[in-house]
Amino acid sequence: MTTEYETHEHDVLIIGAGGAGLRAALGALAQGARVGVVCKSLLGKAHTVMAEGGIAAAMANVDTADDWRTHFRDTMRGGKLLNNWRMAQIHAQEAPERVRELEQWGALFDRTEDGQILQRAFGGHTFRRLCHVGDRTGLEMIRTLQDRGVQLGIDVYMECTISRLLKDGDRVAGAFGYWREQGRFVVFRAKSIVMATGGIGKAWKITSNSWEYTGDGMALAYGAGAELMDMEFVQFHPTGMVWPPGVQGILVTEAVRGEGGVLRNKLGQRFMEKYDPKKLDLSTRDVVARAIYTEVREGRGTEHGGAYLDISQKPADYVKKKLPSMYHQFKELADVDITKGPMEVGPTCHYMMGGIRVDAETAKSSVSGLFAAGEAAAGLHGANRLGGNSLSDLLVFGRRAGMAAAEHANHVSTTALDSGQIEEAAREMLAPFERDAGESPYTVHRDLQETMQNLVGIFRNKEDLIRALEELEKLKERAGRVSVEGSRLFNPGWHLAQDLKAMLTVSEAVTRSALAREESRGAHSRIDHPGLDATWGTKNNVIVREGSAMMLRQSAVPELPGDLKQLVAEEK
Amino acid sequence: MAEAIFEVFRGDREGGQPATYRVPIAPGMVVLDALHHIQAHQAPDLAVRWNCKAGKCGSCSAEVNGRPRLTCKTRMDALPLDKPITVQPMKAFPVIKDLVTDVSWNYRVNKKIPPFEPRPGTDWKIYQEDVDRAQEFRKCIECFLCQDVCHVLREHEEMEQFAGPRFFVRVAALEMHPLDSKSRTRMLKEELGIGLCNITKCCTEVCPEEIHITDNAIIPLKERVVDEFYDPVLMLVRKIRGEK
Repeated sequence: MTTEYETHEHDVLIIGAGGAGLRAALGALAQGARVGVVCKSLLGKAHTVMAEGGIAAAMANVDTADDWRTHFRDTMRGGKLLNNWRMAQIHAQEAPERVRELEQWGALFDRTEDGQILQRAFGGHTFRRLCHVGDRTGLEMIRTLQDRGVQLGIDVYMECTISRLLKDGDRVAGAFGYWREQGRFVVFRAKSIVMATGGIGKAWKITSNSWEYTGDGMALAYGAGAELMDMEFVQFHPTGMVWPPGVQGILVTEAVRGEGGVLRNKLGQRFMEKYDPKKLDLSTRDVVARAIYTEVREGRGTEHGGAYLDISQKPADYVKKKLPSMYHQFKELADVDITKGPMEVGPTCHYMMGGIRVDAETAKSSVSGLFAAGEAAAGLHGANRLGGNSLSDLLVFGRRAGMAAAEHANHVSTTALDSGQIEEAAREMLAPFERDAGESPYTVHRDLQETMQNLVGIFRNKEDLIRALEELEKLKERAGRVSVEGSRLFNPGWHLAQDLKAMLTVSEAVTRSALAREESRGAHSRIDHPGLDATWGTKNNVIVREGSAMMLRQSAVPELPGDLKQLVAEEK
Repeated sequence: MAEAIFEVFRGDREGGQPATYRVPIAPGMVVLDALHHIQAHQAPDLAVRWNCKAGKCGSCSAEVNGRPRLTCKTRMDALPLDKPITVQPMKAFPVIKDLVTDVSWNYRVNKKIPPFEPRPGTDWKIYQEDVDRAQEFRKCIECFLCQDVCHVLREHEEMEQFAGPRFFVRVAALEMHPLDSKSRTRMLKEELGIGLCNITKCCTEVCPEEIHITDNAIIPLKERVVDEFYDPVLMLVRKIRGEK
């Protein structure tokens, strides 16, 4: 069989068109590179569009004492010191300039009285730091970036999924994929590739993530030989919707608490007084998620198994102005008027701190020509991410990844494509059509979500994690036998059969890393190993492929230089 | 358990017809939940676009019982269940498959619109009252329901001459940006065809973001066009100067 496919060529190929991918595209374009961006959905629908609360940047517009040092310290402490300190430093130093740049490209943020960008309070941030547009900051950001990118001449390949990275010896040479619409194959030749594919939430049952978040970038990079890091650190956002069933897991922005919202259990108690008397409702996400989970488990949950989150003490006009999409979301989907009564909320799988291991300055991975930024990359957030640090991450490291990828493309020769790899990728894609009477990919996906939800959730223990690994083995076998109905024309069952492979790879990486880390740190809580362990505090878990086996090893957390060490330790 | 009957369009560019599915009803269920249920249990190849499931991304547009809607925000308990619920793709755009349509034309129109261009030497002081006006238009989630319902596009298929409500909203967002320095008035008249809109307000009615498309975007833009091109005094001045 000779596979038919079209070919496109770019200096830099970016996979993913959320904030990180689009900012990377602009970064690469500024260096004169020919840039292509591939995305699974239509342009402008990536997860960034759903980001609500804001962009963390120490601009000191509201609290004048803020500076990058405080932002750096908050980020390191929030990440329980497992962060790559250099990434945290670059992030804190560069975020304000990246926000100003967005404004210069036309983004319109909410304002202070004296006409500057307004900043709001958020969990774990010492100062009011999140630049925002009501509760639709992500929409403003993605529109600004996409319009600029399209105007400046990036080529966007919408509704296209990459199923495999192509290699030329030890370096990346391109990518193989298919058009979701027509099902035809496509090959991209590129000297550099930036992974900006976001997270992995769709492997869990209760998640704020859309169908796209299946860990493609991490699985593709892993397949190509790159290292993954910190995969045990999966963030459960404390506040997702819990009722009605169809909206379970949909995000309720932390800005509700940032604007004064209060959590209570069914007895009316402000339970955060017990879990974090100092920061209360604005404690870090790991702490608040565990608190709600514990309240529910101990019988103090609400009717539908959550906690109450109440902002109705604020004037109705204020709530509608500052949290318009929350107001509509609850009114239309849950029949709750949040200006009059409380919401019911509970933890939802939201964000992946781990991902592709990258160099702090250049976002390059361990594979030549392969870069990663945003949620797909690891390092900045350590064991737990602070709210607002994701949008700033996308801007700061998206730009750096794009620039470094263009720089790399400038210095290397054209890559050679290997038809053997392409043929193999095509065969693999078509296999589910060849099989008769196999299982539906939907049932395998449902069982994977149950497994990860029940066995690799907020609280973990050795027994569950070992069982999860056994279950994952069975699920891998089942996924290898799924069959799909219909044609290649826009066929969601076929698409899911492909996405399943990536979800299974990242789920295994999460479970293996979680089993290895015998302590509780940030978002990773082991019931059988409560509390921090000093030795584990110096190690990152690193996952790499050896043949067909997933290997896990530990790598030393880069040590902070003296002045920054002192800064982090300072009591404040 | 109570059931709802759905008649969902199945087909492609070549044609198609509705297929019937029975779906159990859960509390608070929306039409998109039902479509997912059909995919998982009856028709795994049913083509549907969706992302956020919370009315923030504008992916899941379709026509439910003949009305353009986001399926993620269309509650089943707001629909009559004594007859089948029909779900059709947006009519104004060519069908690719089932509920998925080819909306690429919108992206081509968008590309024509000149981007934000800040006034030279601005100090970037902007006040909330100035932001408020433009922010309404920036809420647009590009669901294209306004494009779908607009007669000029839906019935008359004037895609070559007319940009549609979505892009008048986009131009309004740019023109009303407090620091923008560019005028897009000539473009509105000559390329985007704003004169073809006869302000029936259908777009405003279907907008899930409740943007006052006609009153706050289209009418003020039409006024700008009138002021610039049809003001009798200015027309006379232009004639004397020999300008067009």
